Amino acid sequence: MTRSRSFRHPLALGLAWVVVAFLVLPLLVVVPVSFTDQRYLSMPGEALSLRHWARVFGDPVWRGSILQSLCVGAVSALLATGLGTLCAIGCWRLGTRTAEIVRLVMLTPIIVPSVVQGMAFYRTFAHLGLIDTYAGVILSHTILGLPYVVIIVSAALANVDVRLEQAARSLGASMGKAVTWVLVPLLRPAILSSFVVAFVVSWDEIVVLLFITSRRVHLLPRAMWDGINENVDPAVAAVATLLIAATATALVLRLTWAGFRSGKR
Amino acid sequence: MTVSRFAVSPRRIRRPDAYWLLVAPALVLIAAFYLLPLLGILQLSVREFDGEGEASVLGNYALLFSDAGIQRMLWRTVRVCAITTVLTVGFGYVLAYAMVTVGTRQRAVLLSAVLLTFWLSVLIRAFAWTILLGTGGPAETVVNALVRPFVALGAVDAPVRLIRTEAGVVIGMVHAMLPYAVLPLFANMRGIDRGLVLAARGLGATRWGAFRRVWMPLSMPGVIAALILIFVFSLGFYVTPALLGGGKVVMVAEYVRISLEQTLRWGLAAMLASTMLIATLALALLMGRVVDVRTMAGAK
Repeated sequence: MTRSRSFRHPLALGLAWVVVAFLVLPLLVVVPVSFTDQRYLSMPGEALSLRHWARVFGDPVWRGSILQSLCVGAVSALLATGLGTLCAIGCWRLGTRTAEIVRLVMLTPIIVPSVVQGMAFYRTFAHLGLIDTYAGVILSHTILGLPYVVIIVSAALANVDVRLEQAARSLGASMGKAVTWVLVPLLRPAILSSFVVAFVVSWDEIVVLLFITSRRVHLLPRAMWDGINENVDPAVAAVATLLIAATATALVLRLTWAGFRSGKR
Repeated sequence: MTVSRFAVSPRRIRRPDAYWLLVAPALVLIAAFYLLPLLGILQLSVREFDGEGEASVLGNYALLFSDAGIQRMLWRTVRVCAITTVLTVGFGYVLAYAMVTVGTRQRAVLLSAVLLTFWLSVLIRAFAWTILLGTGGPAETVVNALVRPFVALGAVDAPVRLIRTEAGVVIGMVHAMLPYAVLPLFANMRGIDRGLVLAARGLGATRWGAFRRVWMPLSMPGVIAALILIFVFSLGFYVTPALLGGGKVVMVAEYVRISLEQTLRWGLAAMLASTMLIATLALALLMGRVVDVRTMAGAK
């Protein structure tokens, strides 16, 4: 009894719930706006309408941007996961000071301000003719996803016994075989979650997109940005509602899955 | 003693240097398409002079001290970021503390709320705030109703606007940054030995006294790390200030993009970008001294 009472500060707990309300409630405003019967961003007037939802799925611009974003996200997440996993394994196995520095260098894209990255990509891609191309966007998103893969896989590797890999090698496996048949299976959960994170990084990325794309490559965040800035399009509210629902669903699934697993153990 | 004979030393197996082959692709990619371009910006900032008069190597940087417009913008950036940081870490501390101390079920609810906003795109969150804070929007109506007595006294000018003001930008930024403060603070507080607080209580400290003299000092490293982290993220933040500031509250990130795309002052943009880059890296190094970066980098 005294145990929990020593930590309970009712005022602090009340304030914490206010902070949570501040985090979550403002998001809900997009739901009614997405059903507005007006042509502009507003609360529904006389009636609810599904016209803006119909546009998100029917209008080629919106639908196209969603499909493009899915493809770019999948390809760059795949590249980032592959390269990042290999890099993390290499650094882990080398274990030298240099490898440690390499791992820190791989993290720079997290800390460098997005506008600086946007400018850097813009100048480089202008030289290489990669502005407004899928190759350019995928290349930049691969680089932006890499640090997260390196972090997640490195964290998982910290719990892997280095002797498992050594045993495989001493039994005659080549480096490639040891990685494919010993390490990758051990790391599968981490590799999968790093793929998901790299995908989300690409899916949400906007600032670099603003610099390196214009008309040809029109991803979802760009479509939303233009929708917010230029014509204040209620379709943005429909997309936002959709993404909030998707994020909440994914989170609930993830938490129940974690609860299911810990319950099984 | 004898066991160690059988332990295999990594050197003995085969040249581990072959593992550089695994590191190389990612490293080359980052070096060629990321680090070199960043160096290019640093170089551009000293090569292409953008001010008036005699060109000099550090001419662009002199603008930081001589140009009143740039100084106003930088001062605004630092002010908004500092207010955002303090509010974010303050609220984040309260929330993280509640998360560590409440029961499992309540913690799950609080944590899900934080994770939901953490995973949701910043663009969508800023968009929700543009509706709420906009002219005639719900937040503006509420605030104006609240300040009506003060308007009558002449203390406040009516109507109070939130969008395209620093107050609005701060609200949106605090909302965007909160998860980044709560999650590290939560991780840090979970590591605090609760027995110490109980011991203080047992020795006669009041609840508040035990919190202030035992818990708070123990959570300080986490607070300092969170302060630096949030300040670094705020400095380079583009999306929320650009959407909620609406061209009126221009901070350094937006200023860089305007210099590049509208006023075409590349040298100036490169100088500001370099300044941001150097300030960010310096603060990151500082944070590395406060918290163990190896833990953050997943090396442990």
